[in-house]
Amino acid sequence: MAKIKLKPKARKGIITIKALIKHPMETGLRKKKGKIVPANHIESLIVLHNGNKVVDASIGSAVSKDPYFKFKVAGVKGDMIELKYEDNKGKAGSKIAKSK
Amino acid sequence: MASSAVVTAVGAGLLIPSTVFAASAKFKGLSNDVISRGKSAAKGSFKFKAPKIAENGAVVPMEVDASKMNNVSNISFLVMTNATPLAASFNFSGAVGFVSTRIKMGKTSEVDALVTADGYTTKITKEVKVTIGGCGG
Repeated sequence: MAKIKLKPKARKGIITIKALIKHPMETGLRKKKGKIVPANHIESLIVLHNGNKVVDASIGSAVSKDPYFKFKVAGVKGDMIELKYEDNKGKAGSKIAKSK
Repeated sequence: MASSAVVTAVGAGLLIPSTVFAASAKFKGLSNDVISRGKSAAKGSFKFKAPKIAENGAVVPMEVDASKMNNVSNISFLVMTNATPLAASFNFSGAVGFVSTRIKMGKTSEVDALVTADGYTTKITKEVKVTIGGCGG
């Protein structure tokens, strides 16, 4: 499973969520030794705040390798932030972190 | 079974990329949707941070700050010269209208940031130069 780093930090009623997902993000267009590297990229990403969906993103292959995202949501210290993703091969990953 | 057959076919180099991309046809449709929305969009009053010159096209940081706008429902990034212009589209439901990410760019291009708030779409366009392997194009 791919590694996810998730760091929510609360300050003045706003939680800043920083997320880094380890993922190759292959576009399916690049060639290696004459052969096409099959596409392997994240397609959807969901961020939950205390169980409520706040961000629902469609990600294309044009997002960088090991994608980094930053979001902001109103909340306080101790709130639970969950991140879920799914790639085009059907692999999914998730991580829950408590806001600091 | 069918999916494993596809994987084998890709491995053997039988499928051309466009066939493989058929799986993401939905994303292409979404891309065209966003482009058509962007055409009629007025200039936005949000902040869009993008580098003027990107040294490495594989990692171009982008940031949209629309936290002063109310009811932001969507933020999208379009890279006009990429095969599929839409890089990413974020739907918001309750979060502050702010997103920061990193995208790939093949070459120098205009990048559009689209923000939909209260049902209206506004955009800001910036040109990002990709200098890798060249002399500033």
